[in-house]
Amino acid sequence: MRKMLTIISNVLRGSASRNGAELVSEKCDLHKLEEGPPLQAVLTREEGLQYYRTMQTIRRMELKADQLYKQKIIRGFCHLYDGQEACAVGIETGINLSDHLITAYRAHGYTLTRGGTVREIMAELTGRRGGIAKGKGGSMHMYTKHFYGGNGIVGAQVPLGAGVALACKYLGNNEICVCLYGDGAANQGQIFETYNMASLWKLPCIFICENNKYGMGTSVERAAASTDYYKRGDFIPGLRLDGMDVLCVREATKFAAEHCRSGKGPILMELQTYRYHGHSMSDPGVSYRTREEIQEVRSKSDPISMLKDRMLSNNMASVEELKEIDVEVRKEIEDAAQFATTDPEPPLDDLCNHIFYNDPPMEVRGTNPWTKLKSVS
Amino acid sequence: MFYIRVTVRDALNQAMDEELERDERVFLLGEEVAQYDGAYKVSRGLWKKYGDKRIIDTPITEMGFAGIAVGAAMAGLRPICEFMTFNFSMQAIDQVINSAAKTYYMSAGRQSVPIVFRGPNGASAGVAAQHSQCFAAWYGHCPGLKVVSPWSAEDARGLLKSAIRDDNPVVFLENELMYGVPFEMSEESQSKDFLIPIGKAKIERQGNHITVVSHSRMVSLCLDAAAVLAKEGIECEVINMRTIRPLDAEAIETSVMKTNHLITVEGGWPQFGVGGEILARIMEGPAFNYLDAPAVRVTGVDIPMPYAKILEDNSVPQIKDIIFSVKKTLNA
Repeated sequence: MRKMLTIISNVLRGSASRNGAELVSEKCDLHKLEEGPPLQAVLTREEGLQYYRTMQTIRRMELKADQLYKQKIIRGFCHLYDGQEACAVGIETGINLSDHLITAYRAHGYTLTRGGTVREIMAELTGRRGGIAKGKGGSMHMYTKHFYGGNGIVGAQVPLGAGVALACKYLGNNEICVCLYGDGAANQGQIFETYNMASLWKLPCIFICENNKYGMGTSVERAAASTDYYKRGDFIPGLRLDGMDVLCVREATKFAAEHCRSGKGPILMELQTYRYHGHSMSDPGVSYRTREEIQEVRSKSDPISMLKDRMLSNNMASVEELKEIDVEVRKEIEDAAQFATTDPEPPLDDLCNHIFYNDPPMEVRGTNPWTKLKSVS
Repeated sequence: MFYIRVTVRDALNQAMDEELERDERVFLLGEEVAQYDGAYKVSRGLWKKYGDKRIIDTPITEMGFAGIAVGAAMAGLRPICEFMTFNFSMQAIDQVINSAAKTYYMSAGRQSVPIVFRGPNGASAGVAAQHSQCFAAWYGHCPGLKVVSPWSAEDARGLLKSAIRDDNPVVFLENELMYGVPFEMSEESQSKDFLIPIGKAKIERQGNHITVVSHSRMVSLCLDAAAVLAKEGIECEVINMRTIRPLDAEAIETSVMKTNHLITVEGGWPQFGVGGEILARIMEGPAFNYLDAPAVRVTGVDIPMPYAKILEDNSVPQIKDIIFSVKKTLNA
């Protein structure tokens, strides 16, 4: 594998180096694994531009959501993903759209990478009929094909993800399930129950812990007796890597996916990452961590800056090109925000719909005995 | 007419066997369902016939395996998730409610969850407080769930088949004391496509003087009480609810408008229970004006289930309690 990468990179170096570059990363921490993902990876220009665009889209989308929330156009819970973009983008590039993914409530980025549009994500946040869940789900309950949300109960998504993996194995379709959770959720009992069954039954499940150092306002040291989340699967092999490096995440995901597809059972990845915002929009995020810490991550480890610097220093793109992408992204976000603020709210007729699938229409009791509402599938 | 005698256990077993055969996506998971043949032998023979892929023994981890079952349903399979008793479902209740019941709504119809949660519910014999709770009211409270409570072997067969074929989460409340009880089953009911619709009650015994509504094992007691009362000239109309949610209020109302009297009979606790819901609906609906006496509930005693036989016997409705309540209502 390594040899092949070196050869490819030599070929690339020979031709115009704008087409790609061989990049080197640090070795991952390994648990019960002899070998980890390759230390060298090829990033083509197209890939670089695509990753840049997607990460920037997530970044700007989340910042726009922040704005709209402060204007009270978005309400309720809103958990923003800015800072963690390399995780969602890197993971998606390591799997196929035909694979499956499930995560917790910090889900806007994944909704996008799994095929949602910015428009329908933002319209869901503003609770409009054009939202990806017609306004009925909100921030934490967005779904697309092979993306099972968006889950509000901490840790509950992990057994669900293993169940999706069970279906993949049962149906023999060579698909896998990526099952995400945070450092806070990592202490949940049901996750250990899931590790046990996934391992016993060799389910094709990649467990991924997005360790952003804080579960709400509780730092990892104050929540976990062992913060080596990649080892917490015990009998499940694990790896820990830099979640701010989109290429690292990609290579590790490819490695993990191969492990699952080859029938070896589950594997665990810990992505060390960081969120710039507080836990949610009601958390300023500075009572349990310092502004200096946040600033340091921004200046030294920002995932988008890191990719940008790499591409520029390897002559894979020009400053102007990247600026142009920024402009396009900004426009896309503006258009989406415009849609999200002008699209009408769902019709009241929709209130009781979608209780049951494939059922004849039924009556639902309203707030009083004289109000009988209609429900269709 | 051709009848065969089938126990509730065998009816459940046959129903699962036929549905496993009919649809490859159907599978059963739970504790001891495979090699042990089921803690109560309901899944006897299924593992031998269908193997490890379709009959899966789980570790004792309800929250985990219920979640796995729900995830499998989301991804296109049709799991039957057995809880050894519904008391243990409390460990997993978040997966039943938040992951299964609510998802179709939250996703505005994108994500359906075709799953059956089944197992014995309510009081057994001598198993004491932690193993005797009735969950009909708790699950019956939640939109997005269908909650079924069969009584007879025919109920068990037809309703379980319907539950498995239903594309939505169904909580299927069996009763351990009924497993071994044989019932006559018609030839028609032996058809592989014999289905009983979820949401429709059945009148087990016609009568003109009072409506007696019940579900699960208590239906037996109601019929026994009705037989005793008939000797005194009191004719009870006994309604077997079959489904807790959606509740067949219309069947009950039609009956009350005929008999002018109503009692409900359940094994569960009185507060916020199945009977409470029925009475509220009667108050709010057209049948209220037909009542000649207040409708009342016969329920389990409002205590945790004791162990000693004399105490346990007096913790759930007995035939004499039903007879007493009928007479009090008619003399009101």
